[in-house]
Amino acid sequence: MQDITIPGHIFDDMIAYCREGYPNEVCGILGGRGNSVSGIWKMRNVEASPVSFLMDPKQQFQTMKSLRNEGLSMVALFHSHPDSAAYPSTRDVALAFYDDAAHIIVSLVGEEPQARAFFIINGTVEEIKMNIVLSDRAA
Amino acid sequence: MAVKVRIPTPLQRLTQGKEEVAGKAGAVIDIINDLETRYPGIAERISEGGKVRRFVNIYVNEEDIRFLQAERTLVNDGDEVSIVPAIAGGKGG
Repeated sequence: MQDITIPGHIFDDMIAYCREGYPNEVCGILGGRGNSVSGIWKMRNVEASPVSFLMDPKQQFQTMKSLRNEGLSMVALFHSHPDSAAYPSTRDVALAFYDDAAHIIVSLVGEEPQARAFFIINGTVEEIKMNIVLSDRAA
Repeated sequence: MAVKVRIPTPLQRLTQGKEEVAGKAGAVIDIINDLETRYPGIAERISEGGKVRRFVNIYVNEEDIRFLQAERTLVNDGDEVSIVPAIAGGKGG
């Protein structure tokens, strides 16, 4: 499985969005080319729940279409775990349809958020590395 | 002119890598069953017992079939059917 590369400002934006949505779970898409992220699409969790998320289907459909039109793909899907570890839950594994995208989970349990990335293929979870490009961080 | 059916990336393994395949005009469920004859294994990933699976969304052009006639929604030649599995999960409990 390939590691993924995320510009620092996009990574920070993802973490900030997860914090903003607390105590509910937050979700979104990191789009780009190959294994390299170039943009963040913040999505609505229609379940508005602290224990589950369902990405707004219409927003998802439209975002996937605009990614395609721009020649981009879903490099990673992210969501937060407001009060549990940054590891896929049973539900995350069961519902992970897009096995060609990495799944990033942001845990808000500790003082500092923790993000980890995985591929979930046929029920098997494999952690991958996120290369955060620090020079791309906003000042 | 046929119906254009958009296949989500994980199911493109079943369509020999094709992102788009042609379908026959008719009800959505008939289109799914017709795909199965050419791409075995695809129907069970999308539907179960004649119903579209809960975490799979299907659009005819821009409309979610759940707001139309669901599996019985009629698709005409020239229409585009998009199969879009949901993105969902969470801690659970």
